[in-house]
Amino acid sequence: MENDVVLSVRDLVVRFTLRGQTLTAVRGASIDLHRGESLAIVGESGSGKSVFTKSFMGMLDNNGRIDGGSILFEGEDIAKYTTEKEWLRVRGKRIAMVFQDPMTALSPLMPVGKQIAETLALHQGLRGKAARARAIEILRDVGITDPERRYKQYPHEFSGGMRQRVVIAIAVACNPEILICDEPTTALDVTIQAQILGLLRDLQSRYGLTLIYITHDLGVVASVADRIAVMYAGDIVEIGKSEEIFYDARHPYTWALLSSLPQLGERGKDLFAIAGTPPNLFKPIHGDAFAPRNPYALKIDYQYRPPYFDVSPTHKARTWLLDPRAPKVERPEILGRIREMGGLIHD
Amino acid sequence: MLKYIVKRLATALVSMFIVITVVFLLMRLMPVEGYFGGRADSMTEENKQKILENLGLLDPWYKQLAGFYDDLAHLDFGRSVTLQPKTPVTKILAKKMPYSIGFGLGAIAISLVLGCSLGVLMARRPHGLWDKLGTGYIVFINAVPPIVYYLMIQISVTASTPLPMLFNSAKPESYVLPLVCMALGPTANYAMWIRRYMVDELNRDYIKLARAKGMPNNKIMLRHVVRNAFIPLAQYLPSTILFTISGSIYVEALFSIPGMGGLLITSIQKQDNPVVQAVVLLYAVMGVFGLLLGDLAMAICDPRISLDKKGGSR
Repeated sequence: MENDVVLSVRDLVVRFTLRGQTLTAVRGASIDLHRGESLAIVGESGSGKSVFTKSFMGMLDNNGRIDGGSILFEGEDIAKYTTEKEWLRVRGKRIAMVFQDPMTALSPLMPVGKQIAETLALHQGLRGKAARARAIEILRDVGITDPERRYKQYPHEFSGGMRQRVVIAIAVACNPEILICDEPTTALDVTIQAQILGLLRDLQSRYGLTLIYITHDLGVVASVADRIAVMYAGDIVEIGKSEEIFYDARHPYTWALLSSLPQLGERGKDLFAIAGTPPNLFKPIHGDAFAPRNPYALKIDYQYRPPYFDVSPTHKARTWLLDPRAPKVERPEILGRIREMGGLIHD
Repeated sequence: MLKYIVKRLATALVSMFIVITVVFLLMRLMPVEGYFGGRADSMTEENKQKILENLGLLDPWYKQLAGFYDDLAHLDFGRSVTLQPKTPVTKILAKKMPYSIGFGLGAIAISLVLGCSLGVLMARRPHGLWDKLGTGYIVFINAVPPIVYYLMIQISVTASTPLPMLFNSAKPESYVLPLVCMALGPTANYAMWIRRYMVDELNRDYIKLARAKGMPNNKIMLRHVVRNAFIPLAQYLPSTILFTISGSIYVEALFSIPGMGGLLITSIQKQDNPVVQAVVLLYAVMGVFGLLLGDLAMAICDPRISLDKKGGSR
């Protein structure tokens, strides 16, 4: 499984033009996605995690463009796609997406079954009764009871959790290879969150999906992800197996992110917060983007961008602290308690 | 749904009752000189009294009102007094209405097709060429008084083409210019609203999902955006259609179309009470029914709207 790479992103640069200024949302990020895994991309708002994954589907807004790097998907560089026609071969068919807010993600004027059948018609040429039968089957697969009746109902007749199931049904309808879940549970009740995550895991094995979760909720990450990529200011600063990130993080930004887990807070004390604000992406960034907020920053952090240092074959981080010449820095003590908490990680 | 309609009709009856009663009483407050048609000075007091008596205007007001309701109940709208003396009001209306309705419906059909197409073209690329041209057109139509461009069209087009200046029901080509004039305004409005609602809809999440599921942009526009954007317009369409009955004052006067436009004003000026009452009643019916039909149209177009109060559904 390790070597079976479905999607390989190299040095991806995504830029937007906003009011005449250029914003670099993704600054040379690279990642390999293995078949059948679930990868979580975490990072604060504005770290570029949504933009990064949207670029895999050609879903960038009109003022955005891929400005460098490559996205190899099954041997083809989809970063070179320019026309809608090219993207339509991939979009929804081989790479699909689930959005954050199920309340608004469905067209209010169309029965939900039809919205699934629409996808089947687009990619599998199914029409009429055949599309209907398949759509009902998929509705059943995503855990909607009485799918024959539900097929004809409109989105407003569904609860939030049920709507998210429909959105997922639309996404998996055409057996995509990769399913990108952009904050799939953020807009849902806590109890529903667990159900939806369970459903996604279930569908992953049934449909043979490769999952990408985008989230800022480390609790969600812990319960679903095989691997975690931490994004900061448009770059992946650390990537590794779930345990490696939770128990043995090396990048100061990952430390800071983990320290803000509310579970680590102490009664009566303020929760940990990362000082400062993310860098302005309109301006060029020199050195390590996190340096100005990093209490462990070295002089070199302000001058040169760190390369990836391997921690283990599956774990690497982009920080000068891992350079053999760097001073020894211990990770924050509080992180030692993550292991004690147990239960955070699913297996 | 049926229960809702019956309820709405009942309230409609009440509002129409109030409207015509108020108008009836207002007409009775007008100076009596109006009934003598400018010949008041040369008439003897006796003659005047006789005319008023013939019109039933010397009875106490409540008696007149009771008589009016009695006639209405028998669907008798009375006869014209000054406009076309002795002609039944219904006959006057029946002769004028078809012209107004015909031109009105034609103009709506044209403006719906043109306006919606223009709106879609504008929304496809905001700030693009179509959007700029369309915005210019909309601003012109809304900023310039219609009579100005009506006159410009009438004078310049008839000068350079064989199209006639005045309407003549026997000549089909004389329908063209009035229709064009009447369609210009609504075209701008439909384009403006369709563009606006489409741009709103385009930013919605379900459009993102439609894109993500691999739907081509053209299909998204037709199957999702236009449909959703049309709903707010559906509410006003029935009113617009009904109000064609009242005709266009400017266009009908300009091309001398014998329609309904201006009928209310002239009948008030001439104090032709039965005509005024009938026309006002007609307008009230149009207003009330237009709103009701608009609500029904919305309920039909949008599954989220239920007219029966069931509650509970999100």
